[in-house]
Amino acid sequence: MSLVTAGWSGVGMDDVLIQMEDIDKQFPGVQALKDCRFELRRGEVHALVGENGAGKSTLMKVLTGVYQKDTGRILYDGIEVEVPNAKAAQKLGISIIHQELNLAPDLTVAQNIFIGREPRRGLRLFLDEQELKRKVERLFERLNMDLDPNESVANLTVAKQQMVEIAKALSYDAKVLIMDEPTAALSDSEIDDLFIIINQLRSSGVGIVYISHRMDELKRITNRITVMRDGRYIDTVPTADVTNEQIIAMMVGREIYDSTKQNRIEGTSETVLEVKGLSRKGALRDINFKLRKGEIIGFAGLIGAGRTEVARAIFGADPIDAGEITVRGRKVVLRQPFDAVQAGIGYLSEDRKRYGCIVEMDVKTNVAVASLRQYANPFGWVNRARIAKAADQIVDMLKVKTPHIDQEVKFLSGGNQQKVVIGKWLTRDCDILIFDEPTRGIDVGAKSEIYKLLNDLAAKGKSIIMISSELPEILRMSHRIIVMCEGRITGELDREEATQEKIMRYATLRA
Amino acid sequence: MKMQPKAEMAGVGSKQTGLILKPGALQQVLAFASLIVLILVFTFASSNFFQFSNIVGILLSTAVTGVLALGSTYVIITGGIDLSVGTVMTLSAVMTGVFITYWGLPVPIGIVGGILTGAICGLLSGVMVAKLKIPPFIATLAMMMIAKGLALVISGTKPIYFNDDPVFSEVSQGSLFDKIIPGFAIPNAVVIFFIAAIIGSVILSKTIVGRYNFALGSNEEATRLSGVNVNYWKIVIYTITGIFTGLAGILIASRLNSAQPALGSGYELEAIAAVVIGGTSLSGGKGTIVGTVIGALIMSVLTNGLRILSVPQEWQTVVVGIVILLAVYADILRRRKA
Repeated sequence: MSLVTAGWSGVGMDDVLIQMEDIDKQFPGVQALKDCRFELRRGEVHALVGENGAGKSTLMKVLTGVYQKDTGRILYDGIEVEVPNAKAAQKLGISIIHQELNLAPDLTVAQNIFIGREPRRGLRLFLDEQELKRKVERLFERLNMDLDPNESVANLTVAKQQMVEIAKALSYDAKVLIMDEPTAALSDSEIDDLFIIINQLRSSGVGIVYISHRMDELKRITNRITVMRDGRYIDTVPTADVTNEQIIAMMVGREIYDSTKQNRIEGTSETVLEVKGLSRKGALRDINFKLRKGEIIGFAGLIGAGRTEVARAIFGADPIDAGEITVRGRKVVLRQPFDAVQAGIGYLSEDRKRYGCIVEMDVKTNVAVASLRQYANPFGWVNRARIAKAADQIVDMLKVKTPHIDQEVKFLSGGNQQKVVIGKWLTRDCDILIFDEPTRGIDVGAKSEIYKLLNDLAAKGKSIIMISSELPEILRMSHRIIVMCEGRITGELDREEATQEKIMRYATLRA
Repeated sequence: MKMQPKAEMAGVGSKQTGLILKPGALQQVLAFASLIVLILVFTFASSNFFQFSNIVGILLSTAVTGVLALGSTYVIITGGIDLSVGTVMTLSAVMTGVFITYWGLPVPIGIVGGILTGAICGLLSGVMVAKLKIPPFIATLAMMMIAKGLALVISGTKPIYFNDDPVFSEVSQGSLFDKIIPGFAIPNAVVIFFIAAIIGSVILSKTIVGRYNFALGSNEEATRLSGVNVNYWKIVIYTITGIFTGLAGILIASRLNSAQPALGSGYELEAIAAVVIGGTSLSGGKGTIVGTVIGALIMSVLTNGLRILSVPQEWQTVVVGIVILLAVYADILRRRKA
């Protein structure tokens, strides 16, 4: 290690686990990384932040052997190393927990943890289940984890599945653990549990790279923050020395929309959706609420509180056992999503790629897909010109960043995909929009655009139900906040009286 | 808009874990119970059904499709499909005929050659699927037609008879059992089927191939990212399917004492039906060999029983179709509840 870099990091050589220097990576037509550097010390949690496309994932993929760097070098414990493939990274003790959980649901916890490294016997053809069991038990003991090794992963909650991923990563004797958005699917209490484990790992000397979009978490758990932007290294700072606003400013390099001011809503505004006594066995109990014109209701609660179930019930995606739904004063029976859409209700799933848009198809088709009949003559012949015109309007109105309406949606960023889905429902004349985690996996810059868009939609008289697990988002966006716990509504708060503490109290108000 | 309950819902919904049996086991119990019910119904309906000779007949007719179904189980658990097993079976039979009758090779070598033919076809399908990334449906559809054509070309569209060497027909039709317990003449084909099932079951549940088979079908990407050579194991799995297919070719050739080049199409669908009735999921990740054996038995008990009750052949096919629908729908219902 050169003196220069040692000086830059400002610590002794012993402490530095990973040193990446001058990393360049070019993809056909794109300079993905340019002069990137990154340093990870033993026993630190180091946040890697930046907007989507800033190069965080690419840099970590270089470190874990998924991609090969064009130039630059990687030092591990002060010694230059090559990481030609994922297996080499594992050998070095570098493990990554991907954002999308990578487990085989039909296999058990134990089988998943040791997949690819099954203890074998008898010509190395047969599995040694006893040894596997012993290994897993030892591992869980070491990590202080309480999981049933023989349970199928499919039966675990998302949080438990994440624990399995962590156990798996650490079973490789990881010295370096990379966590990509580990809290994206976790409730606050589960995040607490995760942080306890992270703290344990930190004190045992593991270096942790923590990729996240959530500013409050960075403050809670990380020691240092490295910011990247447009494939370049921006800066590395101790977490304690910067404010959230400073980090965001470094990340986006432009001013961020802040919505402290928000359009008020008239108390006399008409009720567009009324839900009475909605129940579904095992999921929902006696749900009552009213949604007014131009209103944004935030649904808060922990994972599993039943918020998505409410949305699915209102959208006709799940059958209900009891309850009444009234749309604009007219009682409706919603047996399937088709009925809900007819009634003017649009649902935007958090999993856009699977349930929101057809990623292999272009923008104009996605915008028109829910309302093709509008664009077809009685013989089913679709009028492309009119679709194109409608799509152009949507792109214009929602400021979708796409080169043209013939672009396939898969090439758009998460935020722009979200806009396309919104466009789809607007084209269908839906004026009750249900957003399920509208900003999940969307970078900070695009987030504020989505917020602005939601406010604009509300101002234009659309009514919005927003489900979100991010309390700051709920507090910032909602006119009214409904808190759920275990399938019931446990609290309702006006925006003036709502605080994070109050919401959390209702969210944990178990029966 | 296609929607599916996401993980969040599991938190509320999955508290009914009062089941003593794991879902997979429940499946087998259900299939087994249906088999018993069928047997009881036919026994009461006709005195001819539960006769030793008839039971042996049922088992014998299960052997060929049963062995094919065993092989198909592996590929189906990966989430793939093998449409070529029917005609590859025929090609294996034809090659065995070439080896033994045309070339005059000893019977054991002819048998190994036949099984190898199946293995090579499986290997090729595996390479097409794993390396060339051709969807299994298309790759094995191509293999199905290639094998069908080759069987006709090689045999000159005429059956190849095994008259020179009477030993060969003993492979299926003879009975070693009869020599041990006289009068208890279970044909070798049946014994081979059950031995193949036991070996097949051990492969699936006790070996590394079996584990990767489930892992692949359950989440291929996760398996790949765990450092497992996914392509290699996929090829191995298709090859194993090919080996079972080759064995089925030997059994059918021996039973007919000839390689019939025009036979074979349609067997793959019966095999897939048996696998599905046995509770193996076509979307991959779940399945058992025991289930497949039961599935194959249900198919032949049904056909046999209906025939004894003088139900016309055409209607038998309709009934089998309905049974497949019921089996798959029962599976969907169960999964929806879980």
